[in-house]
Amino acid sequence: MTTAIDTPQDQGFRLSQLIYDTRYRSITIQVIAMLAFMFIAAFLVRNTITNLANLGKEIDFGFLFNPANYDINQRLIEYDSTSTNLRAAMVGLLNTLLVAFMGCILATVVGVVAGVLRLSKNWLISKLMTVYVETFRNIPVVIWIIATMAVLSEALPQPRAFRGETPSASMWLWDSVAVTNRGTYIPAPVWGPGSVFVVLVFLLSLLAIWAFNRYAHRRFEATGQILPKFWINLAILFVPTLLVFFLLGRPIGLDLPALKGFNFQGGTMLRNPMLALWLALSFYTGAFIAEIVRSGILAISKGQSEAAFALGLRPSRTMNLVILPQALRVIIPPLISQFLNLTKNSSLALAVGYQDLRATLGGTTMNNTGRELECMLLMMLIYLVVSLFISSGMNIYNKSVKLKER
Amino acid sequence: MKKSVFLGALTLAGLAAGTAMAQDSSTLAAVKERGVLKCGVNPGTPGFAAPDASGKFVGFDVDVCRAVAAAIFGDSEAVEYTPLTSAVRFTALASGEVDMLARNTTWTFSRDVDLKNTFVGVNYYDGQGFMVPKDLGVSSAKELSGATVCIETGTTTELNLADYFRVNNMDYEPVPVESFTEAQNQFLAGACDVYTTDASALAASRASFENPEGYVVLPEIISKEPLGPLVRHGDDNWGDVVRWSLNAMIAAEEYGVTSANAAELAKGTDNPEINRLLGVEGELGAMLGLDNAWALNILTQVGNYGESFEKNIGENTPVGLARGLNAQWTEGGLIYSPPFR
Repeated sequence: MTTAIDTPQDQGFRLSQLIYDTRYRSITIQVIAMLAFMFIAAFLVRNTITNLANLGKEIDFGFLFNPANYDINQRLIEYDSTSTNLRAAMVGLLNTLLVAFMGCILATVVGVVAGVLRLSKNWLISKLMTVYVETFRNIPVVIWIIATMAVLSEALPQPRAFRGETPSASMWLWDSVAVTNRGTYIPAPVWGPGSVFVVLVFLLSLLAIWAFNRYAHRRFEATGQILPKFWINLAILFVPTLLVFFLLGRPIGLDLPALKGFNFQGGTMLRNPMLALWLALSFYTGAFIAEIVRSGILAISKGQSEAAFALGLRPSRTMNLVILPQALRVIIPPLISQFLNLTKNSSLALAVGYQDLRATLGGTTMNNTGRELECMLLMMLIYLVVSLFISSGMNIYNKSVKLKER
Repeated sequence: MKKSVFLGALTLAGLAAGTAMAQDSSTLAAVKERGVLKCGVNPGTPGFAAPDASGKFVGFDVDVCRAVAAAIFGDSEAVEYTPLTSAVRFTALASGEVDMLARNTTWTFSRDVDLKNTFVGVNYYDGQGFMVPKDLGVSSAKELSGATVCIETGTTTELNLADYFRVNNMDYEPVPVESFTEAQNQFLAGACDVYTTDASALAASRASFENPEGYVVLPEIISKEPLGPLVRHGDDNWGDVVRWSLNAMIAAEEYGVTSANAAELAKGTDNPEINRLLGVEGELGAMLGLDNAWALNILTQVGNYGESFEKNIGENTPVGLARGLNAQWTEGGLIYSPPFR
């Protein structure tokens, strides 16, 4: 008896099988692609090194420890022109992180508000938000940054305008805030003796607020009674701190900005480049976040809000207790990439003269030392590490809000 | 097995890359073949390099580019200008994006030695100064403590400024800007009290203001800024072409050869130096790898150093600079060409 199908004899491995046999073909293709990739990479690296060696410029990071010789206007850590290039890069990195951090917060606030309001039943508000989202999303961010800077430096008064018998500009808020075309000067706190107790009491009140809210929540679960949380929180936040502040004879003073010489002196200066960069980045990214929030809310089935209304919840409570907690699961993952975008976009700071990492390490240092490749590689590494930190932090938060399946 | 494949691939890649291109060895040959000179210039400093009404670059630095093109091609218009900010100029030169820079660049030790550039000469001896609005009531740079200063990033002026204020125990607030034009805008908007850069550029920018009388340049000059054209390290022949194109303009002024009389003098004179310069005697052009009428072409098409100076930045122009240090050595200045021999 013969079988219907002839089983082919095992002829051993033949070379042609690499192409014609589906068992091997995919491996063949992968090996070839891998070889091609390694070939190109090795070619590029080797070519770069050879050309640099021909120019007499071997890769060398020693310049990081030489004096930088230039000044940076916004310094979060001690720095002067005799500090090293590494120190200058650190100052720049901190400036980058500062504007990125503030930007992420403001962008989230703006984005959530705009996203929720865009769904409002009020025609005017929802259309206004549409206009905001569409204009900011569809114009490149660098143009927003430069435009904001131009408005700040052209439209605001010069420090000089505050001088004289009849100054054409005046300070705001009982002479404590000066808005000029170089920056906004705000009062800075002066820590006198005993101020540590005031701060301690303030921190304790924060703890008390947390404890109170837990208690209020438990009470609500047990009895269904709602306490006036907002007013009690406000009282706990301010009353003890103010009490201690006045009892100790006002140990924390204010350093008010005052016009001296060319500029305002004293207080804290928020420089216009930083304000321009911060506002432009926040409102630009905020427009994207608004769309993410809107899509997150729309993703929640209508039945959820109908059910909430049927239970007698007011619209604001429906949003806070039913819709947003569920929408967060949809919102968080794309939000992470918006935060990353904002952080990376902060490297456009150079356009307005904000001295961030790109302007120090990748700008003046690179220029003065001529170490283009080294500076670029370092910058890529730093931005990569910063981005990975942000996204891993946000991923932890994402895990805490995502649907827990039991 | 896997490992040997990997190593094999690496060897193969290495071998192939070993034969890979280094940058072209002869810039002169490359320029000749391309038929056009790529010259890096300032994006806009009136008098030195700025587009005129028809969009064509003109100026004192631009004339150096034109001279080199005239020497190579006999056509001073065979130049492709690349406007470069201070921050990117050296990268552009090192990467071969431009063949030479004629962009008010200060000759310093580290730029010459560490950044691997070859400065071929000095076409303008300058120094760093300060400009302030007149109504600020400042008469000396020593009174500038606490001032806000606009400064172009990536320049020697940025470093001089830091040194000057530190040494004199004064503090200041730097406002870094990307370009000359941006610095002017910020200064005019009052976002800074002081604008500092090379004194020649200060004069040039003051000339372009709507109200030049409202601004003064302070008397202090805080640095030496010898400005000149440069090429990248490693091609001495090309450096020679640029160096002697500039020197031809300088020597011509010394010997009284101008754009008007060059053609006449090229018929032969009794001054052997002029004869060698204009290619009547000797083979100087051939030694550079150029036509023997190279210098004659420069002089008829661009003019000598003095002519270029007077036309672009001299006292009868809006920029209005006196010759000062930039007079010929025979007239008490520093402008001096080695002999044509």
